[in-house]
Amino acid sequence: MESTYDYDDTVKHQQQQTDLGYDPNFVPDSVKSFVVHLYRHIREKNVYEIHQMYEGSFQTLSDRMFKESPWPSVDAISQYVDQDHVFCLLYREMWFRHLYARLSPTLKQRIDSWDNYCSLFSVVLHGVVNMQLPNQWLWDMVDEFVYQFQSFCQYRAKMKNKTEQEIALLKQFDQAWNVYGVLNFLQALVEKSQIIQILDQEKEGLEQFTATDGYDYNGGSNVLKVLGYFSMVGLLRVHCLLGDYQTGLKCLLPIDISQQGVYTSVIGSHITTIYHYGFANLMLRRYTDAIREFNKILLYIYKTKQYHQKSPQYEQILKKNEQMYALLALCLSLCPQVKLVEETVNSQLREKYGEKMIRMQRHDEEAFALYDELFSYACPKFITPSPPILEEPLVNYNQDAYRLQLKLFLYEVKQQQSLAGVRTFLKVYSTISVGKLATYMEVDEPTLRTILMTYKHKTHAIDPDGKVISTADVDFFLDDDMIRVIESKPAKQYGDYFLRQIVKLEGVMTDMDRIRLE
Amino acid sequence: MVREQPQQQQQQQPVSQMSYTVEQLVALNPYNPDILPDLENYVNEQVSSQTYSLDANLCLLRLYQFEPERMSTQIVAHILVKALMAMPAPDFSLCLFLIPERVQMEEQFKTLIVLSHYLETARFRQFWDEAAKSRHIVEVVPGFEQAIQAYAIHVLSLTYQKVPRPVLAEAINIEGLSLDKFLEHQVANSGWILEKGQGRAHQLIILPRNEFNHPELKKGTGESVPLQHITRIFPILG
Repeated sequence: MESTYDYDDTVKHQQQQTDLGYDPNFVPDSVKSFVVHLYRHIREKNVYEIHQMYEGSFQTLSDRMFKESPWPSVDAISQYVDQDHVFCLLYREMWFRHLYARLSPTLKQRIDSWDNYCSLFSVVLHGVVNMQLPNQWLWDMVDEFVYQFQSFCQYRAKMKNKTEQEIALLKQFDQAWNVYGVLNFLQALVEKSQIIQILDQEKEGLEQFTATDGYDYNGGSNVLKVLGYFSMVGLLRVHCLLGDYQTGLKCLLPIDISQQGVYTSVIGSHITTIYHYGFANLMLRRYTDAIREFNKILLYIYKTKQYHQKSPQYEQILKKNEQMYALLALCLSLCPQVKLVEETVNSQLREKYGEKMIRMQRHDEEAFALYDELFSYACPKFITPSPPILEEPLVNYNQDAYRLQLKLFLYEVKQQQSLAGVRTFLKVYSTISVGKLATYMEVDEPTLRTILMTYKHKTHAIDPDGKVISTADVDFFLDDDMIRVIESKPAKQYGDYFLRQIVKLEGVMTDMDRIRLE
Repeated sequence: MVREQPQQQQQQQPVSQMSYTVEQLVALNPYNPDILPDLENYVNEQVSSQTYSLDANLCLLRLYQFEPERMSTQIVAHILVKALMAMPAPDFSLCLFLIPERVQMEEQFKTLIVLSHYLETARFRQFWDEAAKSRHIVEVVPGFEQAIQAYAIHVLSLTYQKVPRPVLAEAINIEGLSLDKFLEHQVANSGWILEKGQGRAHQLIILPRNEFNHPELKKGTGESVPLQHITRIFPILG
């Protein structure tokens, strides 16, 4: 939701809103009833009802009454909710989220929304919040916070059309959506919630978090804990937007993504986590890690898509689904470990990108252009975090960050472009001399030796512990002038298979025990 | 696998005890602009003491990214040279991701990017030629040559069981008598073997065996099951 609005447009826009009859102070009965009930359910900690109202009623009312205008202002509804400070902050958070999704926020509104997040997070961090909110809502808060930050950076980077008023506002409120502020809020939520320690203790059985989906059934609040938890995903995302993949993955480390967890309890969080995890690994050349996780989630989406059709996130799910297929196509083109991909996912992939992937194996400009195309389609919306220099002539710099990441990715592709050729030959020979292969590949011997070494270097990734991990689908070694190809036999995973069967058998036996024969 | 490193070639040492406080600073204040000067000093310290901390350097690059006006290109150049020395790890790219393109356009960075490109594509001849022309950039960082030689030997031992002498000479940029001496040392300390019975030009060097140049050494990873997965059947076993 990038806004290209300049100030005048916005004024016009607001006038239109008034013309159409938007009165921020008018509260229809349905809204009155909505806030009264929501407020009551929150006070009574009725998570189920809160969730129903949040996911259901809020969307229904928005569709019915606020398609093209904002919800009533917080001042107008506060009288129905005892002027409750926290409820008003929550209401405004939703108010802005709705505005961002359906209309175009003005600069002033962007700044106000930032202020609202500051107040809301400060209350959570410093006050004693005694609520129990649905995970979906808490995820949406973190997700929206990062989204609005990204949106603000994109907006600010388009300096060419800014009016004097806007520039004055930017100067006056230079702390709004400041990158330090954003990162420190997320970091503070992680630290204050002690979520990392909680997850650690859970491994030793001293604490329950995942088992209760993060909810607190002992009268406490889940808000800080779960916000802290989702903030780790938020940090991963912000760091990816900044091109800091290593740090991003580090922030995610406390969450074990090989298992189910609270992050999988909300589809949006699940997808965001894996999308950024996979993307970061792609950029770090750890292709097999990316392939494995993309494969898992794409299969999951394939199987569960139908259940989300009515969800407000459905479109977003489909879009990320498509983007992840594009990323998977990139990974597999650089590292053809097709055996890591499940059949269903593979056939979807072939359908979408089969033909392009064949062309990407070639060593020419067209292949290069395809890498460019897929990357540009599927990459995150990179941002430049620093404010513009207002003393210099104003230029747009909203594309800078994206262009840099693209360029560096394409460097990598270029370095690997001759490897596809080698692969083809290695697959059909068990031994071949350097001289002969050089002739076939139309290069001289020293060049071929460098290509072979490049192949080895690029297919042997360094894992986080500094260990060398082979990701080669075909491998070989050189004995003086002879290339000897190593047949790769897939290692069968009997261990996991047996473990699953043991659990299954136990289940069957338990079921049978329950049966009473007359 | 552990990379085979000749002893005389000092790989970058792990972070020393003295620098612990800076590491701690980074861990506690990952997003605090006030630690910028400490991190800059730390880069210089890494250069002089031949230590290395990617996390601290990424943290500094991040602060530069947030406040470009505080960036010192000399420090950035040091970070990049250190990152080159960390090959085969992808540190150099990790750093470039954070450095604005207009900064990368500066001559010294262009040179470093070319050097990195030669290393990434194992074109060692070109690399050493180019490095010789850019001594002013790389030689200010002690241990540069040795670190690159260690990387070259790493790639060679992934690739070759037996490497021809000229190929080795080119990759590590050592020739003639110096190479003889170097080989002697490797034979004595790192398990290299010289194949006899041939002239020096046709000499073959047998590199230490590892699972990448001797596939039969590869362990059957298929049979290992992490403990965490086994815990799932504990209740059944009990």
